[in-house]
Amino acid sequence: MVTERVLCSGNEAVGWAAIYAGCQNFFGYPITPQSEIAEFMARELPKRGGVYLQSAGEAEASYMLFGGGLTGERVMTATSSPGLALMQEAFSHIAMVDAPVVAVDVMRLGPGAGTGGQQGQTDYRVVTKGVFGGLNYFIIAPHSIEEVFEFVQFAFHIADKYRILAMVLTDFIIGRMSEFIELKSFDFGPLPEKDWALKGKAKKNNVSNCHFSGLVFGGIPAFFERQQDKFNKITEFETRHEVYRTEDADLLIASYGSLSRISRGAVNMARAQGLKVGLFRPITLRPFPKSSLLEEASKTKKVLVVEDSPGEFVDDVEAAVKGRVPVHLLDIKARHIAGPSGLIFPERILEEVRSLL
Amino acid sequence: MKEGIAEKQVCKRPTLRQPLPYWPLHHCPGCNHGIILRLIIEVLEETGHDGNAVCISGGGCSARFALYLDIDSATGIHGPNTAVASAVKRIHPDVLVFAVQGDGEIGAIGLGSFVSTAMRAEKITSISINNACFGTTGGQMAPTTPLGMITSTSPEGREAEGTGFPFHGPELIAPLPGVAYAARGSVHTPANFQRSKGLLKKAFQAQMEGLGFSAVEFISTCPSNWKLSPVECLKFVEETMIKEFPLGEFKNILKGNEAA
Repeated sequence: MVTERVLCSGNEAVGWAAIYAGCQNFFGYPITPQSEIAEFMARELPKRGGVYLQSAGEAEASYMLFGGGLTGERVMTATSSPGLALMQEAFSHIAMVDAPVVAVDVMRLGPGAGTGGQQGQTDYRVVTKGVFGGLNYFIIAPHSIEEVFEFVQFAFHIADKYRILAMVLTDFIIGRMSEFIELKSFDFGPLPEKDWALKGKAKKNNVSNCHFSGLVFGGIPAFFERQQDKFNKITEFETRHEVYRTEDADLLIASYGSLSRISRGAVNMARAQGLKVGLFRPITLRPFPKSSLLEEASKTKKVLVVEDSPGEFVDDVEAAVKGRVPVHLLDIKARHIAGPSGLIFPERILEEVRSLL
Repeated sequence: MKEGIAEKQVCKRPTLRQPLPYWPLHHCPGCNHGIILRLIIEVLEETGHDGNAVCISGGGCSARFALYLDIDSATGIHGPNTAVASAVKRIHPDVLVFAVQGDGEIGAIGLGSFVSTAMRAEKITSISINNACFGTTGGQMAPTTPLGMITSTSPEGREAEGTGFPFHGPELIAPLPGVAYAARGSVHTPANFQRSKGLLKKAFQAQMEGLGFSAVEFISTCPSNWKLSPVECLKFVEETMIKEFPLGEFKNILKGNEAA
């Protein structure tokens, strides 16, 4: 089979991935730096017989996601930080009814309106821990456009396999940078039947289904036990991470998403200077690859967390490392300029590495 | 069968009611929600949508309609039922999709969804229930609380100064081009029950003909929070509610009604 190779941005890759995953339904609302996803869907879905529905705000888009997910068809939304805040309520309801849905968060700097839509990783805490009601969802963070294309398709698979909200977490850098991808569908394995889907009971042997986002009739311990079992399974089978040049490393950099890409450059520069530095990159942020990080960190003398936020991701790293080795932090204050275009450059990471070794 | 009771069936059990003992009605004695539930079931049966309908309810006293109905349904998010229903309808355009809502869900927490769904000409039906207060939470002031009415959050009686005026959902959306049908009915007498069935049938017809958004509001009593007996409640509907919230059609673009 001949596959098509295209140069596209991370945001466009989200759209291509949805199409190649058989997702025909997008509910969303424009927000910088995510709007290209909505634009792509508005252009591509209707001509394929799909649904692009522009809501009256992000909260509404997430309510539509709740309804759409319960029809059993593949559905998705995409947003950026302030929009994500508005979706938190529906995400909790989605978790409660086990609706399989995919959401993409293209992070922009916060808090508040931030810089109006430029780079930042300041959603880490809210996406990994922010849902009321105590339930989890699956979060995966790509560091390349190729990974965006694969992980969005994987997110649909995870959503259907476990009946859960699967989120792909990118940011301004990943969303806006362009790389080549090969357009193809991934086969991640078999999926369960969706015999619970809402479509009118005449189509289901006259058996009706009711999805109730409430626990008013009891069964509370059993409900949470079932939810925990589900997430334990996801943790056991779906947790992913990547290590880079960690053999013999004295110092382990921990970072995710776009910043892990930058950190990779810093590792190469350090290695060229004979410094024994490696990189640990959590690919899934929820479940967090705790035990693998502990194992890798234990082989080194120090951990350096690099994140484009004011010390959010570092909490999870510290929790995983359990004080076995010291954990240092290089955060958003290490950007090269004070304005919205500021970035943490590999040179700055290298400087930090040198001071620690 | 107990001695002395004739074995004569005077009334058929609605087929789309989930069989007892599951989900016994939780409404207070004298409340009209149960009657409105029956009305919806009768209309679904009579229009042949028994197997081809999806109900989206939300929070409050009508939330559990989704559980009572033996049709596909979802419930639990309070307010944006019409947004949830919109997604279901877009994905299954051949299915009859309706939202069951309280007065807060069309006039307060769900106002944005209600109006934006109407603006999009979404081919779904909103069935809202106006009982002049927030019933489940204990009778607080709602957008539909008539002026002067005492509630737990308008202890001196609702005043226009500071709380504004009662909300009229069907009248508000009727002028929007995306709205095909907007009406209000009541079920406080058998005659009104029958008329209200007709309103809902037309709303469903407008949806299935693809004409646009349709909405029917039903007035309900609320004995517990109005602090009136069930009989006094019916009088209150007749004398106060219907005066503030007139019954009838505010928009109807079904064939033959273009001028209405």
